[in-house]
Amino acid sequence: MSRTPLDTVEHAAATPDVELPWAELGLKKDEYERVVEILGRRPTGAELAMYSVMWSEHCSYKSSKVHLRQFGEKAPESDAMLVGIGENAGVVDVGQGYAVTFKVESHNHPSYVEPYQGAATGVGGIVRDIIAMGARPVAVVDPLRFGAADHPDTKRVLPGVVAGIGGYGNCLGLPNIGGEVVFDACYQGNPLVNAGAIGVMRHEDIHLAKASGAGNKVILYGARTGGDGIGGASILASETFDDAKPSKRPAVQVGDPFQEKLLIECTLEAFAEKLVVGIQDLGAAGLSCATSELASNGSGGMRVTLDDVPLRDSTLSPEEILMSESQERMCAVVEPGKVDRFLEICEKWDVIATVIGEVTDGDRLEIYWHGGKIVDVDPRTVAHEGPVYERPYARPDWQDALQADDANKLPRPRTSDELKDQVLKLVGSPNQASKQWITQQYDHFVQGNTVLAQPEDSGMIRVDEESGLGVAIATDGNGRYAKLDPYTGAQLALAEAYRNVATTGAKPLAVSDCLNFGSPEDPAVMWQFAEAVRGLADGCRQLGTPVTGGNVSLYNQTGEAAIHPTPVVAVLGVIDDVARRTPVAFQEDGQLLYLLGDTREEFGGSAWSQVIHDHLGGLPPKVDLERERLLGEILISASRDGMIDSAHDLSDGGLVQAVVESALLGGKGARLVVPDGLDAFTFLFSESAGRAVVAVPRSEEVRFNDMCGARGLPVTRIGVVDGDAVEVQGEFTLPLADLREAHEGTIPGLLA
Amino acid sequence: MTARIGVVTFPGSLDDRDTQRAIRVAGAEPVALWHKDKDLKQVDAVVLCGGFSYGDYLRAGAIARFSPVMDTVIDQAKAGLPVLGICNGFQILTEAHLLPGGMLGNDHLHFICRDQKLRVENAGTAWTSDYTAGQEIHIPLKNMDGRYVADRRTLDELEAEGRVAFRYVDFNPNGSLNDIAGITNAAGNVVGLMPHPEHAVEPLIGTGRTDGLPFFTSILKKLVNA
Repeated sequence: MSRTPLDTVEHAAATPDVELPWAELGLKKDEYERVVEILGRRPTGAELAMYSVMWSEHCSYKSSKVHLRQFGEKAPESDAMLVGIGENAGVVDVGQGYAVTFKVESHNHPSYVEPYQGAATGVGGIVRDIIAMGARPVAVVDPLRFGAADHPDTKRVLPGVVAGIGGYGNCLGLPNIGGEVVFDACYQGNPLVNAGAIGVMRHEDIHLAKASGAGNKVILYGARTGGDGIGGASILASETFDDAKPSKRPAVQVGDPFQEKLLIECTLEAFAEKLVVGIQDLGAAGLSCATSELASNGSGGMRVTLDDVPLRDSTLSPEEILMSESQERMCAVVEPGKVDRFLEICEKWDVIATVIGEVTDGDRLEIYWHGGKIVDVDPRTVAHEGPVYERPYARPDWQDALQADDANKLPRPRTSDELKDQVLKLVGSPNQASKQWITQQYDHFVQGNTVLAQPEDSGMIRVDEESGLGVAIATDGNGRYAKLDPYTGAQLALAEAYRNVATTGAKPLAVSDCLNFGSPEDPAVMWQFAEAVRGLADGCRQLGTPVTGGNVSLYNQTGEAAIHPTPVVAVLGVIDDVARRTPVAFQEDGQLLYLLGDTREEFGGSAWSQVIHDHLGGLPPKVDLERERLLGEILISASRDGMIDSAHDLSDGGLVQAVVESALLGGKGARLVVPDGLDAFTFLFSESAGRAVVAVPRSEEVRFNDMCGARGLPVTRIGVVDGDAVEVQGEFTLPLADLREAHEGTIPGLLA
Repeated sequence: MTARIGVVTFPGSLDDRDTQRAIRVAGAEPVALWHKDKDLKQVDAVVLCGGFSYGDYLRAGAIARFSPVMDTVIDQAKAGLPVLGICNGFQILTEAHLLPGGMLGNDHLHFICRDQKLRVENAGTAWTSDYTAGQEIHIPLKNMDGRYVADRRTLDELEAEGRVAFRYVDFNPNGSLNDIAGITNAAGNVVGLMPHPEHAVEPLIGTGRTDGLPFFTSILKKLVNA
């Protein structure tokens, strides 16, 4: 059998007419021509592999970049920001010498193809981003969106995704403290599996992805490189699903959480001994990404010998090795004198570690295979100078009709009995029902620092055992609101996450986001994206919470039908002493219930309009970010000064949903009185933003009212914690037992 | 004077640092032990903590049982060294035959994490003397393979000798036979259970209860008074 000659740089220069499969690798014609122009010759197969994965939508942000710039341009002044956008994850100062890194990413497409592994490796990837910053991961959160709850395919996708998240995260020893589960038919063929993680470190331990210092060694450590996930980034994440194409199953990576746990421990030990100059995890685009990013962020070039990469499949070609997305691998840059100690630590943890190259004086990334040079590129052209598209965008022609279809005009309940029925339907609907069947498959106790976990408004982790310093995180995103108005929808997601953090008593500091949208090649989708980014950037500036990083997931559509625009926003907050945190559950009979904020007739995109009328139309609730900030300050002060014993933010499902949740969690009922100026229906179901319900001990009533009055926050007494039912005076009484059955029975009924 | 209590870290151990904290909260001195090291550093007692040792890809605890540190733990446990196995630690103790029976996958086939109600059935072991028999406590439970099984004769023996140390109350979370949550050996020095007492030692954290602390104060008192 004759072998084709190795496609070296020399060979490529000598054979300009060889046709390369650039289209199969996902490159457009003009992109391929740009590669040829950069190199001054045709690329080698290996170079083509690198450019194609690194210039994919997933890795290069080529469609979104021009919009994402606003997060930097509009960033508010913040003393808290230590590392901003562009690194593996942003880093925020939380005081007492501690820094926190956090980020949310998507693993949407792989999770639809192979729910368990897709979701599991999503957790693995985000956790490696956190380690790569120098931090110990301390918690994960998982915002999830699935198709209709009663659709047969949801029963395939959801249990697999949940088991994958649990199977991986539980085995890593990371408490899962938050996230969401939302059902909507628009996600039927495109579930959204977003994964977030938080890590904690001391300021001096922050590490960056850069290769500096000629002569320093490049060490690849962790799992062996295999054939899984080859082309995952370019093929899976950057094209719309199409039934006509062959199965893409082999492109999904397979995870090994045990290997990742060892990777965490051995990396942190190496950090502790100051052995690492620069570090990068291997995620999408594998070695192509790690080598080109490390090299382009550093001061020198890099030379890599691909033959030294430990393989689990010896038949892999160099192109495949460069593209492989085998999980649980990291790349470290280490001074020569410290290499032995680094390898010793890896051996202690039974982690395979291999020197595969070194930092050079020049500015080229050179990769060798069997003695031949198969890559010779300026790493910046691979990692940072990919194509940038100004995709056309236009407000879709259906937007006006959608907004004109006013939800406020839908038929409302006419009798008390109807009102009561609708409350039961709402709290038992899949989106409003308890997600305990899902969250109890996640470990939320491990590490022994979990102060709050789902279904609390935000997850909270103790950072310092002595002082009680803690951090809180909440993720939110309402695709229905964003569909009605993407600008407002993105701000509502931000406002809700901000409010959720403040409700637990923590001060919101910074934002990460995961922007899930349809195809950027559709101008209507691109408009949704542009509007959402603009809304989020404007909102973050107003609230003083900078975006520290995040992720964009495009092409979430099947055929012509795109998902609802779904910007998921994560807000990180800090609390001086976790002992002061405020839980959702009602604590004591007799405490007074207060509604904070203004309630208006706002039903566009509401849970009520979805559950009762299967309707989506009108305008989403109005956003008033100054009000959100004031509400946040009141909630934080009240928590710090011991004025409230429980608090719950009001969002989808409105006041009645919040009160029912607090009642069921606390095992204590409530008697409510409809305030003057409101009808019972609006009082219970409106989704006006900027609101929360708090329970105030009677001894604090005057002080709490005075504080709200002095700061100008509308506050209305709406009832009292009492008994074993939720009663709305003059309307209906619902025993907690009935509410519990409706609220907790739905999800197991559909999925168990 | 205080007691030195060792906590073994296997590759894949997850609750080692939490267990060390619980020992510290109880007033004893935690000592880190390493799976490759036969030396127990002269500790007065050992805790095998939760996690997925060696990934638990074979059978939970099946590989950890053969690690160097376990050679010494097995020998010394037979000679009376107090040993507590929590979750994966319990699984390792059954694999090592220091405790009878074994653990299968949960009957519902899902991982389960919940605040679990237990009844203390035996308050006479080295690790349970600060409880009273019949006391009901809440301890976090989190596992994939928590279904305790044993043959009929073993079960009868455990019941007859009062060696069922803890039983699930109100809800059996994994299908364990006889609602068994934890057992002890005949001498009372080796105890294993699936729930995690180390996650219930501080108010505010986890479930907000401290029902797990008596495990660690029990052993501390026994060792200090010995």
